[in-house]
Amino acid sequence: MLLHISHTTKYAYDQPVDYALQQLRLTPQVLKCQRIVDWKITVDGGTVEAFYTDHHGNDVHLINVDAGGVSVSITAAGSVETTDTAGIVPLPKSGPPLWYFSQTTALTTPGPAIGKLASETASETNNLNRLHSLSRLIAKQVSYGKDGTYVATTAEEAMQGGVGVCQDHAHIFIAAARAGGIPARYVSGYLMMDGQIDQDASHAWAEAFVNGLGWVGFDVSNSQSPDERYVRLAVGRDYHDAAPFSGMRVGNAKETMIVNLQVQQ
Amino acid sequence: MDKNKQFFDEMIAGPDTVTDPYIGYNKWFAEQDPDHLTRKSQEAETFFRRSGITFNVYGQAEAQERLIPFDLVPRIIAEREWAKLSKGIAQRVTAINAFIHDVYNRQEILRAGVVPYDLVAKNDAFLPQMMGFSPPGKVYTHIVGTDIVRTGPDDFFVLEDNARTPSGVSYMLENRETMLQMFPELFSRVRVKPVNSYPDSLHRALCDCAPPACNGKPRVAVLTPGIHNSAYFEHSFLADQMGVELVEGHDLRVVDGRIAMRTTLGYEPVDVLYRRIDDEYLDPLSFNPDSMLGVPGIMDIYRAGGITIANAPGAGIADDKAIYSYMPEIVEFYTGEKAILKNVETFRCAEPDALKYTLDNLHELVVKEVHGSGGYGMLVGPAASKQELEDFAAKLRARPANYIAQPTLSLSTVPIFTDSELAPRHVDLRPYVLVSPNGINITPGGLTRVALTEGSLVVNSSQGGGTKDTWVLEE
Repeated sequence: MLLHISHTTKYAYDQPVDYALQQLRLTPQVLKCQRIVDWKITVDGGTVEAFYTDHHGNDVHLINVDAGGVSVSITAAGSVETTDTAGIVPLPKSGPPLWYFSQTTALTTPGPAIGKLASETASETNNLNRLHSLSRLIAKQVSYGKDGTYVATTAEEAMQGGVGVCQDHAHIFIAAARAGGIPARYVSGYLMMDGQIDQDASHAWAEAFVNGLGWVGFDVSNSQSPDERYVRLAVGRDYHDAAPFSGMRVGNAKETMIVNLQVQQ
Repeated sequence: MDKNKQFFDEMIAGPDTVTDPYIGYNKWFAEQDPDHLTRKSQEAETFFRRSGITFNVYGQAEAQERLIPFDLVPRIIAEREWAKLSKGIAQRVTAINAFIHDVYNRQEILRAGVVPYDLVAKNDAFLPQMMGFSPPGKVYTHIVGTDIVRTGPDDFFVLEDNARTPSGVSYMLENRETMLQMFPELFSRVRVKPVNSYPDSLHRALCDCAPPACNGKPRVAVLTPGIHNSAYFEHSFLADQMGVELVEGHDLRVVDGRIAMRTTLGYEPVDVLYRRIDDEYLDPLSFNPDSMLGVPGIMDIYRAGGITIANAPGAGIADDKAIYSYMPEIVEFYTGEKAILKNVETFRCAEPDALKYTLDNLHELVVKEVHGSGGYGMLVGPAASKQELEDFAAKLRARPANYIAQPTLSLSTVPIFTDSELAPRHVDLRPYVLVSPNGINITPGGLTRVALTEGSLVVNSSQGGGTKDTWVLEE
């Protein structure tokens, strides 16, 4: 499937900014399930200072906001040819070892609620079945809602709160999978929702490693495994590692963000 | 402690006899008037105060800045002894760099089962952001301070591999400077290998690791956390001696794809940053977001080839005290040779048998925190009270993996000059090692730390230790 993507993020500041940086993970990964036809990042109100591949294999751009500017606009746009691989991504030849994805992080440290969730699927001996039932359980117990959580909400907090967005669903899934001894990771990217061109936001899902298969994707929020409607941008142990935007700024300026995202065939 | 225990004294071989390396010095010493030497000793203190060489002690409200006491009897090493030591250090440092590169890339040593996965995976010093990256020249530890202790004529042990930001080199330089000023005639009678080229060698080693983006003559800068840091004197001293800028995090920012420092002519790129800031605080964008000391974006610029950071972030994975216990295997794995320098026997308290042994023999052991340094948080069993032993045992049981235990070593002694006479005191040695793609450079000698309290085995300056000038003889 050939997907056309246009993703503009505009940060506006209420006073001129002296110094601000943005790390972007906005370049689709090159994999069997997706091929970049063309892709371009353009910045209005800032400069690309550096480009490199990070420790998870993600392409990163470092943006410097023009000194004294009151806004910066970042557009990632292009076309990606996707293939349905039943949500499976093979283990890469290089990159972080599997044990690395078994480690907990601040956002995915299990507490009692995650522990309980993990134990509810522990009786299932087949890991793939176990992961599927984990995904179903989360979808049932944690409803999709935008008002219950924010970017720094942990998996345990979201599980206890019983409501969350795709980021929270992914974190809960990752935390529970790791608690059950299965390596898991966070994926950020795009999803073409059926019947709509304009998307609210970029998407996130989880992957767990199954012996003999590779990384298997689980999109808890949509109760499905990723297919050709999904485009992957970055992976990591949690949101912090794979976030499309990660920034800092000096001074007291307040920031507002406007996102314009279109994914279409 | 057993008062009758015999320790190897590096100078005194018996009544009226000294060991070979001290013959020349002893002749000179015998000719000196003790009152004159006592006056010189006081002079040395004035000299240090004037040069501003002080250090801060953490956790002590009074005397924020203190002088490290200096003893005027040099610690003397024969050229032959030094040759063996420096060969052993070079071998070890070569292995350490290969190990760090491996740990952040293919992890062959973990796959081979030589070092257990957990020791790396669960290690706070392991920095994921370094995975899949090779710093310029594959050098991770540009500056190393290998702590060495001696227990007999031919028995040298490595106590610690300080691969992060070893401090103290300014004392090595100032101690020699002081001795040269106080006793110029002594140096015409005994030929000692010079140490004063260290700042130039350091500068050269750093320049040799310039990043791909550097064009022309590399520009080096020293990054300090600021004047409140215990080693601030050393940061400014080294910058001054190398003739480079001393900067703080807020002096640096990302400009034109480089890390650049504010100068009177605008922003100028820095090629190599000798940073004296811990990994965690280095880059708020990649690590601790609350850090006010670091340079946001420096890790991005580093991975993109725009700057060299010395020592490399994540180098601490090699000097963790649990990893230390595997150093003989690490040396053999990467060099194919047996380790020339011995390790001190180390019990990893994470292992149940080792923990039991440690708890059963606590009064005889030295117990250290795996990530500790500077003598903080350690227990010297033979010197501890019953209450201290009990308190420490509780800490051990609560977090066994946080500790390692070692036998109490019979550290060699070297006399100090006190109350107009010589009296033996325990010493250790920290040679300073520079690594560049062009090789390994070890300054002859290093810093000798001395426990000034009679019988004490703790030489750390934060725990009341002093220093001595360290001589390697030119024979």
